[in-house]
Amino acid sequence: MVQEGGTAEGLSLPRLALSTKTAGRWGDQLFRLLIRASALALLLIVSGMVVVMVRAAFPSIKAFGWWFLFTSTWDPVAKHFGALPLIFGTIVSSLLALVIAVPLGIGAAVFLSEMAPSWISPAVSFLIELLAAVPSVVYGLWGIFVLAPWLRTQVQPALGSALGFLPLFQGPPYGVGMLAAGLILAIMVVPFIIAVSREVLLAVPDSQREAALALGATRWETTRLAVLRYARSGLIGAILLGLGRALGETMAVTMVIGNRAEISASLFAPGYTMASLIANEFAEATSDLYLSALIEVGLLLFVVTVIVNALARLLVWSVGGAVKEVRE
Amino acid sequence: MKAGIRRGVNAVMACLTALAALLVILPLILILAFLVYQGASAVNLDFFTQLPKPVGEPGGGMANAIVGTLTLIGLASCLGLPLGILGGIYLAESRDRCLPWMIRFLADVLNGVPSIVIGIFAYTIVVLPMRRFSALAGGFALAVIMLPIVLRTTEELVRLVPASLREAALALGIPEWKVILRVVLPTARAGIITGVMVSVARIAGETAPLLFTAFGNRFWHQGLLQPIAALPLQIFAYAIAPYDDWHRQAWAGALVLIMMIFLSSLVARIVTRGRYSGLR
Amino acid sequence: MADGIIVRQLNAWFGALHVLRDIDMGIDPGAVTAIIGPSGCGKSTFIRCLNRMHEVVPGARAQGQVLLNGDDLYGPGVDPVQIRRRIGMVFQKPNPFPTMSVFDNVAAGLKLDGVRNHAHLDESVERALRHAALWDEVKDQLGKSGASLSGGQQQRLCIARALAVRPEVLLMDEPCSALDPIATAKIEELIVELKKDLTIVIVTHNMQQAARVSEATAFFLLGEMVEFDKTPRIFTNPRDKRTEDYITGRFG
Repeated sequence: MVQEGGTAEGLSLPRLALSTKTAGRWGDQLFRLLIRASALALLLIVSGMVVVMVRAAFPSIKAFGWWFLFTSTWDPVAKHFGALPLIFGTIVSSLLALVIAVPLGIGAAVFLSEMAPSWISPAVSFLIELLAAVPSVVYGLWGIFVLAPWLRTQVQPALGSALGFLPLFQGPPYGVGMLAAGLILAIMVVPFIIAVSREVLLAVPDSQREAALALGATRWETTRLAVLRYARSGLIGAILLGLGRALGETMAVTMVIGNRAEISASLFAPGYTMASLIANEFAEATSDLYLSALIEVGLLLFVVTVIVNALARLLVWSVGGAVKEVRE
Repeated sequence: MKAGIRRGVNAVMACLTALAALLVILPLILILAFLVYQGASAVNLDFFTQLPKPVGEPGGGMANAIVGTLTLIGLASCLGLPLGILGGIYLAESRDRCLPWMIRFLADVLNGVPSIVIGIFAYTIVVLPMRRFSALAGGFALAVIMLPIVLRTTEELVRLVPASLREAALALGIPEWKVILRVVLPTARAGIITGVMVSVARIAGETAPLLFTAFGNRFWHQGLLQPIAALPLQIFAYAIAPYDDWHRQAWAGALVLIMMIFLSSLVARIVTRGRYSGLR
Repeated sequence: MADGIIVRQLNAWFGALHVLRDIDMGIDPGAVTAIIGPSGCGKSTFIRCLNRMHEVVPGARAQGQVLLNGDDLYGPGVDPVQIRRRIGMVFQKPNPFPTMSVFDNVAAGLKLDGVRNHAHLDESVERALRHAALWDEVKDQLGKSGASLSGGQQQRLCIARALAVRPEVLLMDEPCSALDPIATAKIEELIVELKKDLTIVIVTHNMQQAARVSEATAFFLLGEMVEFDKTPRIFTNPRDKRTEDYITGRFG
């Protein structure tokens, strides 16, 4: 949209019709410097983040090495720090969230973009945007006072008696725990999956749908044949974006997961995620090694979410190329 | 396959996907309903005007937290807005080869970083050297969160301004930098405001990065170099405490917070409805 | 085998915009009927009404009678999905399914119908590809992606895909406008072959093409059918002045 031509240094505005006065040149150069510096600030911040965190985590990295990832004791008093229960908790709660959120999210996205009558879509999309705007701490509040009690008094006893032979559903019904965390994460992640999936589906060209319809396909068959297959990688990207969000989610999880650094086979048991560990213990870290270990966990979280998000964006961009990123 | 079966499958799938959409909205309705129910009864004038009372005493309010949140948003904007808007202009206008691409990529990366990690960053950069928690640290953390959102929105909006507008201005002999500041930016203004409001709505609700930067305060903060209360922090502290009265206030706080967020989103929508349509 | 179509009082709207007015037409079986006219005259809308694709667009509506071998396609209780099995369509821009192989593209319609028998599928796909004059070029590459073929081949692939379900009528909406002259010539040859087994209705903005391939031609203008006659007659001695103006290039 902005045309070719322009001054030698870099702004891509059309060639000037009149000769530039020196004062104008001056202002231009200053301005150009200013905006470039602002953009570089971002570079500074991101690289600063990496450098600073690696440096701060270094004592812990030196002390525990690779075993940090595989040890399961998190003992601030004895100064033994192993992140395995946290990694476990993060993965399990996020996976549980995805198992619930992905079918619901993609199903809802398909409904909104392919199957629904045209007046429904904007209304429902608006509601879903509202869902995305609710802050984590409010979800957590609801989780503590509504979800957990409900799980403790109704759902977990029922699951325990019906499916208690599975280790997944064994143990006392606390209410708070992995199941609560997974559910709340699912609720928080679903709006993002829907938003991105919808954009991906809308990017599928109509000519594909027409081709299927002209063959005598029903609405659903058209969706299955022409749309979902075409948008496959973009949808996987949407799922990964949801995963990225779930991995980093802090407050709501902290409030309902029980905050115990243990590995258990049961969904009823309390757990701990990397983010909620940091949230709970950072302000009270008593020793330097403790703090350093916490920062190392933060670094781990950072690396994992960056990788997942980068992969996700690549996949989403591969469909249509015109898909905008999800703005929160 | 008989036609009837195919029609049946179509109908079933239509119902299933509709059900999915319904199930997705359900939590929102439940949560909002409960929130309004619990929060509305708890919100009173005290809530907006009083400080938290000592532990165990009922009553009091979250006046400092509300002011704190507004202060933090203000601080964050001082850093985040200029950098974001100017950076966005750079991305839209520059003809440099690889820097814009890298900045865009980094902005997307930053957008996906969990806010608690950004809190750690703010801690190491601001809290450690200053040896204390402060509003400044909290503001910095929020600014870093806000930056990529404002950056990308501004870039998009500036790109949307038609080249013919710039040409007309340039043909009048106005220097490029003035064209951008006086012609292009004002045209994109409405959209940029939306981006700003969206980012404000986002940071207003952020709790995690504030936990060890702004830290929270049961009293009025004594300057920006001291810990400061914030609405989400207070909600969190009250929610996990054992006192019923505090729980009640937590709901009130949540209601007020959500109102603030929805309001700013609404304002953004209204502001852009009229003027913006020319640009889409 | 091949059926004729009788259109009576067909009207179509996009919202409040009345785009087709009282079209009456009889399309002969086993022949090619061309629809010509300037942009916006309603020719694409017309053929999309024949296989009830027009109403897929939100706000679009059609009314009237379209009789395929005596069955009114707009009758009460008629399922549009079933109609499109009997009337196939090829579009302006070739649109093979890029995530499917050549074989799967052609078999798509059959699989939708529940055909699972591999032998049957193999045989039908080969027959359709031969019928579309594409078999020799792709018989060793049936597993390649549908989108990896050239433009002209892709269009013939789409024709094969439409033919695989054995429709009675084939609708073609400017099938050659996105193709180079050589590919166009191949498709025109194909059309002449196909009409032995099918009824074909082709929309084209290229009058020479209409003159080359069709037996009958209809001239549309502003949503109305101005003239409909045997092709040689339309191009040498049109009855209506508007037709004559269009054909001699005075407008359009």
